[in-house]
Amino acid sequence: MTTTRELTLKTEPFVLNIGPVHPSTHGVYRMRCTLDGEVVVDIEPVFGYLHRGIEKLAEERTYTGFIPLTDRLDYISPMSNNLGYCMAVEKLAGIKVPERAEYIRVIMAELQRLANHCIAVGSMLNDAGAYFTPFMYTFRERERIVDLFDMVCGQRLTYNYMRIGGVSQDIPGEFLPALHKLVDRLTIFIEEYENLLKLNEILLARAKGVGILEKDTAINCGISGPVARASGIKWDIRRNDPYSIYDRFEFDIPTCENGDCYDRYRVRIEEMRQSLRILQQAMKQVPKGPVKADVPHLIRPPAGEAYAHIEAPKGELGYYIVSDNSIAPYRCHIRPTSLINLAALRQMVKGWKVADLIIIFGSIDITMGEVDR
Amino acid sequence: MKFERYGIGIIKGMAVTIKHLLRHPTVTQFPDQRLNISRRSRGNELIWSREKCTGCATCAKTCPQGAIEIVTSTNMAENKYEVETYRVDTGYCIQCGLCVEACPYDALFMGYSYERAKYRRAELVQSNDELLESPSRPASGYFHPEIAETLPKQTLLVEKIVEKRKKK
Repeated sequence: MTTTRELTLKTEPFVLNIGPVHPSTHGVYRMRCTLDGEVVVDIEPVFGYLHRGIEKLAEERTYTGFIPLTDRLDYISPMSNNLGYCMAVEKLAGIKVPERAEYIRVIMAELQRLANHCIAVGSMLNDAGAYFTPFMYTFRERERIVDLFDMVCGQRLTYNYMRIGGVSQDIPGEFLPALHKLVDRLTIFIEEYENLLKLNEILLARAKGVGILEKDTAINCGISGPVARASGIKWDIRRNDPYSIYDRFEFDIPTCENGDCYDRYRVRIEEMRQSLRILQQAMKQVPKGPVKADVPHLIRPPAGEAYAHIEAPKGELGYYIVSDNSIAPYRCHIRPTSLINLAALRQMVKGWKVADLIIIFGSIDITMGEVDR
Repeated sequence: MKFERYGIGIIKGMAVTIKHLLRHPTVTQFPDQRLNISRRSRGNELIWSREKCTGCATCAKTCPQGAIEIVTSTNMAENKYEVETYRVDTGYCIQCGLCVEACPYDALFMGYSYERAKYRRAELVQSNDELLESPSRPASGYFHPEIAETLPKQTLLVEKIVEKRKKK
């Protein structure tokens, strides 16, 4: 590469601005790229265009009243956000969640992971230039999952389903039969993705070996989730620090070695398979009983602090809550997955071309709602 | 760039795409054909029951957006509160449903209807009689299982496909 560069015209670096309003930046993200010809020398991320001050808003809402706002953090996977926040408050107040609610929560979280990875895979390939073909296939599956979410909570995007001490309402009678059908169908659909994309030469050429994230860099940057697992870090909070009832299920943690864009895609597809395994086990075991612990609407947790983290579809999602025994949190800090996963972008894109920059950015799978909060 | 496999992957992918050309279309022509929405649908507007409401303002306290305004007066003769104004600024409402969940007297319902765009901003603020249940504003089964049973079954895309397979 260097030899050809030396032979060609002498170029000097210039700054190109990508974003904030650009279809490939998944929201309002801005990159100030220093380019040498078409090669990325350096990027400077600029964000904050979607800052709504959600952490501050938590301080003036009640503990329950903040749950609808957690939907708006990572709006691709609101169920996981609900779960993380509710777990933090439950830890703070020492509330035990009923068994049935735990199962419903796990089912919802795993369905959410499937829905999120559908979008992640689709949008990554969309960025790679496949335009809307993979998106059409993946959105078809997401539509069916969203249908089920709609059934249990009445909304298609901002679910607001989990509550402190359980879930808001019991699942309707037709939910579990529909879930059975959905899980059967999804197994077939994932095979279809594999036929469509796994060995596609164009995808291999575009993604294999592109945007390699070394294992050490990933650990130093605090990367988590599928991006970390693609770099060979076997780290999954569901297994390493089991929360809820994840220790009862059998599932593998898929990892890859190379840490390139293709591996990130592979890890997501494998994770969808594992989610289906968890769903198959969970839906057979759902017990009867209450779905919500006896928690007052205006809950006053004892003064103190708690941190709860979950394996959200995008990685580790943590909520740190400080209570002063009033009806609102004294401080609520969110450990966003997308923001921290974005930290490694600079190391990943250096030396690649602008077209690769877009697919590398797409392979991290970020949501701007979570980056800016 | 090497194509070691001579496009086998692309051909495989094309086979998947071609299969879909023969598939039954699943498109719904929206304004004419409509799918049934969820029984627990959190539609666009709150529905308020004047008879059941006691004016305790639990809903207003729970609302994370502060969109509900209640004015009450004391009726000393009958020894009870009277609700003078019940006003919802639906422009602020985020349809979280927490008010319906919190209401101790089951006097609030989420709306089952949708398509509620307004021409003027002032029309978004609704009060008293505008919030009552009417044939054009049916109540949804959100937190009201007794209403959910009466509503039509939600169209599920999973089931739609299974049905079509059976027909074939």
